[in-house]
Amino acid sequence: MSAKAKPAPHKSAGRGASARAGRSGRSTKADRTYDAIVIGGGHNGLTNGAYLARAGLRTLILERRSLVGGAAITEELYPGFWFTTFSYALSLLRPDVVQDLELVKHGFQPILMPTTFCPMEDGDYLLLGQDRNENLKEIGRHSRRDADAYDAFDHDVGKVLQAMKPLMDMVPPDIFSDDPEELVALAALGSRFRRLEPKVLHDAVRLLTGSAADFLDDYFESDIVKGYLASASIIGSKVGPYSHGSGLVLLYHILGEHDGVMGAWSFHKTGNGGFTQVLSRAAQAFGAEIRLDSAVDSVITKGGAAVGVALADGTEFHAPVVVSALDPRRTFLELIDPRSLPTDLVDAINRFRFQGTSAKVNFALDGYPRYPALGDRTDQYRGFTNIGPSMEYLERAFDEGKYGWYSSRPYLDCAVQSFVDPDMAPPGKAVMSCFVQYAPYHLRSSDWDTERQGLGDTVQRTLESFFPGFGDLVLHREVVTPLDIERVVGLSEGNIFAGEFLAPQMFFFRPAPGWSQYRTPIVGYYQCGSGTHPGGCVTGGPGKLAASVILKDRAR
Amino acid sequence: MPLLKTPFHERLEALNETGLWEHWSGYLTATKYQMSEKFEYVAIRDAAAIFDSSPLYKYRMAGPDAERYLTGVMARDPRPLQPGQAQYQLWCDDRGFVVEDGVLMRIAEDEFWLTAAEPNLDYFRRLAGRGDDLSIEETTADWGVLAFQGPRSRALLAGLAPAMERLPYFGLVATTIAKVPVTISRTGYTGDLGYEIWVPADAALRVWDTLWSATRGYNVIPFGQTALSMARIEAGLVLLDVDFHNARFAWTDADKTSAIELGFGWMLRDVETTDRSFIGRDALRREIREKSSRWKLTGLVVDWREYDRIFLAGGLVPPKDHTPIHDEYYIYDDDLRQLGYATSQMYSPMLQRHIALARVPLDRQAPGSRVKLELAVNHRYEYFDAYVTRPPLFNPPRKTAP
Repeated sequence: MSAKAKPAPHKSAGRGASARAGRSGRSTKADRTYDAIVIGGGHNGLTNGAYLARAGLRTLILERRSLVGGAAITEELYPGFWFTTFSYALSLLRPDVVQDLELVKHGFQPILMPTTFCPMEDGDYLLLGQDRNENLKEIGRHSRRDADAYDAFDHDVGKVLQAMKPLMDMVPPDIFSDDPEELVALAALGSRFRRLEPKVLHDAVRLLTGSAADFLDDYFESDIVKGYLASASIIGSKVGPYSHGSGLVLLYHILGEHDGVMGAWSFHKTGNGGFTQVLSRAAQAFGAEIRLDSAVDSVITKGGAAVGVALADGTEFHAPVVVSALDPRRTFLELIDPRSLPTDLVDAINRFRFQGTSAKVNFALDGYPRYPALGDRTDQYRGFTNIGPSMEYLERAFDEGKYGWYSSRPYLDCAVQSFVDPDMAPPGKAVMSCFVQYAPYHLRSSDWDTERQGLGDTVQRTLESFFPGFGDLVLHREVVTPLDIERVVGLSEGNIFAGEFLAPQMFFFRPAPGWSQYRTPIVGYYQCGSGTHPGGCVTGGPGKLAASVILKDRAR
Repeated sequence: MPLLKTPFHERLEALNETGLWEHWSGYLTATKYQMSEKFEYVAIRDAAAIFDSSPLYKYRMAGPDAERYLTGVMARDPRPLQPGQAQYQLWCDDRGFVVEDGVLMRIAEDEFWLTAAEPNLDYFRRLAGRGDDLSIEETTADWGVLAFQGPRSRALLAGLAPAMERLPYFGLVATTIAKVPVTISRTGYTGDLGYEIWVPADAALRVWDTLWSATRGYNVIPFGQTALSMARIEAGLVLLDVDFHNARFAWTDADKTSAIELGFGWMLRDVETTDRSFIGRDALRREIREKSSRWKLTGLVVDWREYDRIFLAGGLVPPKDHTPIHDEYYIYDDDLRQLGYATSQMYSPMLQRHIALARVPLDRQAPGSRVKLELAVNHRYEYFDAYVTRPPLFNPPRKTAP
């Protein structure tokens, strides 16, 4: 073999962003004055900044790190191997963000992940793909009954998703307000649900309040099918499939789509870092300025209104609109003086649950892992590999997490991303991203700096048990604990959603009763991070909806 | 008699995970190799992928009068073509209606190769003058042809044939792969960076094996007809019997399309001034002078917000189906008077929009013109805003990059 492909041209993803260089020390007050300042260059900050710039606001996006993307970055952590260090897949991205911000023009390229591979502890597997009949055949291998139930499940859940989806794209009505506009919005919402078929509404409530296990048990008997579907009910959340509340997490994770296919996940070219590079190009094309290495220390207020921000190095930037893309704890308790806020709000934010429970272990591999039952086949890695062979497996993993330790046999959501995007690893080699759960932020009797490699070993041992010889393939291992997520990305307690997906922390309660409309008690100070509705995952929803509120307020 | 197998069939059969084959000019051709044709399409746009286009009809015109002959038969002037260059071509009837299109390659001063979708041997031979020193042969079965398309195609192919590094768009070169003499042109039907490799049929497997092993580890896969058509619609490349019909066999003028109507005015810039006489010249000249084209083939991009709104209002999840639709869908103005029709359409994953190739009247050909595309929702027609766009709808710089 003599062919040698050139390195891909866009390897800058994740390396220093193409942001314009910050202004020099000679800058005057005038050129440090903007119409809007966005704190945090994660995907919601970038989305928000792009929308504001698109509306003509002179917008500055301040990013603490030397690259934009927040938790959605791709880094060359080992020569030739590109890692989606944290966030690793796309599904819930709001389609109107793609269109409004003209992301296709800037390189938006979601890549289909056409399979889901679920290894089993007895060496068998469930391998699902894009062809319905083939999937029914494969499920039927495990249970003839479940093959039929799969279609019924898909249809019933699809109806719920259709009913719920509009909520993703609306500013939650303020249920505490007497403003006629809010009352109308609330009535519209009520009548939308009143019009649903009783079964759809009932299914929605069962999912929103109940456990994934109860819901899945109604349809399926096969452990592997239930294990696969229940995996989406725990991701990022301190719940097991048998916990009430896991239904909501399941519902949220399948509310997305890939090219119109509900519940489908995809992978952005060069990972989610590739995606945030696209966003940053779009934001800049609309005129937003991005300043890297600019950690914001605090929001400057004057007479109860935000007037700008001060960086850690003392530099000040001024604007009548300041938007925090950080999580609720940082937005309300760190960037401003909590004493300037209503006590109720401060209490609510203090009660807001973060309790991150997920980790990542990313591998550079010398080749593709072999699954004994599939021989030399590797095409099962075209999509996600789900290590969660039964609900019991998931629940037992949760048991340890519940009591403050990481699972000895964790749930793993793996993606051999170089299989779908060859630019992410040298030819024949692979990068494998493994999402790990449970790994609670608060450890019972140790700390994450001590346990980092212990977690890495546990994950590797688990993989070895499914893929004999896995360890021999490992060229490099990158362990990302909840503490690392907090330290590097800034997400409190390493919660990947900037706050748990619990019913009392969703929709009109996210992040706090009365403050779900992206405003804050401080005039001109707004929130646009994943701690606001619709929540975490790479949705762009908070950034977009916050921009709509900001622009509406400006027009008043 | 069963369908013929292309020179690469033995290898491709082993790679076809679906067992799905269809019929192409007497040969078996894969619909798709993987259960997901979209995965093949992604490979074309993101890595590189291989298509077996051997069944395409091929002709060889050779002799001292070959250039003169083609100059009179082809609508685009072939004389600027140097040995080592190819050009996209079409031939018309004497009313300027398109007969077919193909790629013309100048192999040597007095030797040309031409591809076509349909048999043309009798037609071409009849057009040879009595005194022409020229031979016209069909060479379809002599060659296996592989289209190797996608962003990585250049680097990977250059590993086998270093001349690829510098081969310009629509350039061609005679070289060897695994010591087999091959002719490679930088052409294709995907609108991406890509090459077509002509291999003597009896050495086809040797070249396949070499190309296949050189591309392991780079996510290169074979692709079938469905993925090909997805790529070609995005690329604005027309397909015979879908976007136009052969004027020789059309029953009515409504089924014939002039070269200008089909969007090939750019090939005919010289038509008003040239002293070159070719079949259809006078009619095309008149069409340009009198602006008498009935329509123009353009791209359409459907308004995504309206699309979603109409389907949601119908209680449906807006379908975003990438499967190419090779069928007529009608286009209207705001008063629902028919303006024209779409001939190919799909949801483009690269563009994240529903797109179409369509015929619109001249007063709507300007990019940005709005029309209404008729689609059925819940078994009733609805009318979707769509905007005229100049094809190709997807046109990456790498396609033509030096």
